[in-house]
Amino acid sequence: MLRFLLRRLLVALLVALAVSSISFSLAYLSGDPAIAIAGAGGSAKDAELIRELYGFDRPIVVQYADWIVQALQGNLGTSYYFSMPVSQIIAERIPVTLLLGTASFIVAMLLALPLGIIAALKPNGLLDRIALLIAVSGQAIPSFWLGLILIVVFGVWLDLVPISGADSWTGFILPVVVLSYYALPALMRLMRASMIDVLQANYIRTARSKGLGTTTIILGHALRNAVLPLVSVAAVQLGILLSGSIVIESVFALNGLGRLAWESLLRSDLAVVQGIILILSLVYVLLTTLADLINAWLDPRIREA
Amino acid sequence: MMTTPKMLTLNTSADTPSQRRHWLTRWKQSSILIGGGILLLLVLIALFAPLLAPYEPTLQNLEHRFSLPFWMEGADPAHLLGTDHLGRDYLSRLIYGARISLGIGCSVVVVAAVIGTSLGLLAGYFGGRVDMLISFLITTRLSLPIVLVALAAVALKGASLTTLVTVLSLLVWDQFAIVARTGSQTIREQEYIRAARATGASHLRIMLREILPNLRSTLIVIATLEMANVILLESALSFLGLGVRPPTPSWGLMIAEGRDSILFDSWLIALPGGALCLLVLAVNLFGDGLRDITGKEAKR
Repeated sequence: MLRFLLRRLLVALLVALAVSSISFSLAYLSGDPAIAIAGAGGSAKDAELIRELYGFDRPIVVQYADWIVQALQGNLGTSYYFSMPVSQIIAERIPVTLLLGTASFIVAMLLALPLGIIAALKPNGLLDRIALLIAVSGQAIPSFWLGLILIVVFGVWLDLVPISGADSWTGFILPVVVLSYYALPALMRLMRASMIDVLQANYIRTARSKGLGTTTIILGHALRNAVLPLVSVAAVQLGILLSGSIVIESVFALNGLGRLAWESLLRSDLAVVQGIILILSLVYVLLTTLADLINAWLDPRIREA
Repeated sequence: MMTTPKMLTLNTSADTPSQRRHWLTRWKQSSILIGGGILLLLVLIALFAPLLAPYEPTLQNLEHRFSLPFWMEGADPAHLLGTDHLGRDYLSRLIYGARISLGIGCSVVVVAAVIGTSLGLLAGYFGGRVDMLISFLITTRLSLPIVLVALAAVALKGASLTTLVTVLSLLVWDQFAIVARTGSQTIREQEYIRAARATGASHLRIMLREILPNLRSTLIVIATLEMANVILLESALSFLGLGVRPPTPSWGLMIAEGRDSILFDSWLIALPGGALCLLVLAVNLFGDGLRDITGKEAKR
């Protein structure tokens, strides 16, 4: 177990390093980051000033090493727009994104598990087909469009919820509906497939021949094993929900990380964008690593491999 | 790598009567037919856009702004689906929008398939260090927030169709790599590969002539499903103003433009959104049907 743990953590560390260098090198995509920050209206003198101020005149390796060392100490640079440390801005905005992501994730899981189980009980039955329909349409509807349509219907026509912002919890209803519907199909399909697999196992047949009821068999015997494959996918989905809320946050005018990233991009506030990409990637690495460790803990076959 | 797809052939009909099984086959066939049919129709519309569109998609007519579509009262018969905030014919823009979605979808998937399949073949066939390196690349790619990185790259590089296609291709090759990797790992152990090796076939020849043809059907399925994904990504980027540039008609961009008049003219966002749903649904149905026919459950 210890060897597995160490190896997995080493991989996570390397991935984090790779992700950080990609995030760092984004600044150089446009050629000269100083010109990018100065913007279209900036003169050559502005660019020169920025170059000195941000240290872009140093060798790139030195800049990268400096950036990493600073990032490790929690310093992600300074936003030129807010004139504030990037880490502080991110800390202010991250609660909204975390709340939105985890709430959507919980709703999606609460729907995906029962729907997947019901679909698995009678494959190709009526309920299974309805679940399939939900999944197929969920994958086809662009989430930002669904958001706008819901705003028109529930915010404007029916006037039930606020159409933007999150002054109260009601502002979160529609975004959570949209995001959880987006995550639902993958989770539900996997739950169904995994449950069908498990239900064919010998120990389920034994349980059935003992005369146990379907509910007891599902909850007491099958669920525990059927959920195993879901752990990794659930972690991936949670990561996607956290980082993928960028479009939804701008549709619903929620002040989270995604909207911050988008606005910062439009005003070429690079340091903020880099910081957000780094943070979101690290969260994803953390989540998938955790999922692998949980899997190894639940299933001894993995950690001995 | 924990993300290794498990190839499972689901025996979903353990206690299903044969009648039901028949129903299921029909459903799968019909999903290919319906999906493929709609897809073909949209491809034809995109190809023959100049013949079908009644107006130039970028032609402005400020005197005829916000003409209503035919089902509403007071519609202008000259513009079947009305006009937008600049008086451009909405039907023409929708027709040309199909070109953007399908064009970007196809080109991105082709490039991504080449990148991903090559990497996956190399990793699966050679194993060892090569596999470790490429698996690492896949994990790194999966860790990047795709929408955000694409937005940042397009914003910094300047939005053009070439940039958009390049950036998206570099971000969506992962599924191809994962499938090609696991596939070639299995095939590598087969007898005939050893036989080919013994007769002096080169590694490259074995990968391209012996392994790749066996992965073809799975890769085609992945390609269709990824195409749906790319079409949605493009529309999201264009919606956020960092994808296709105006005045080029892209459905995502049209939704963004219609957003300002969402309170009064919600049909302006309903139409391009509906078109997007139809296209993505068709591609997905087609891909799902193909997957069931090839009998392999390629996990997403």
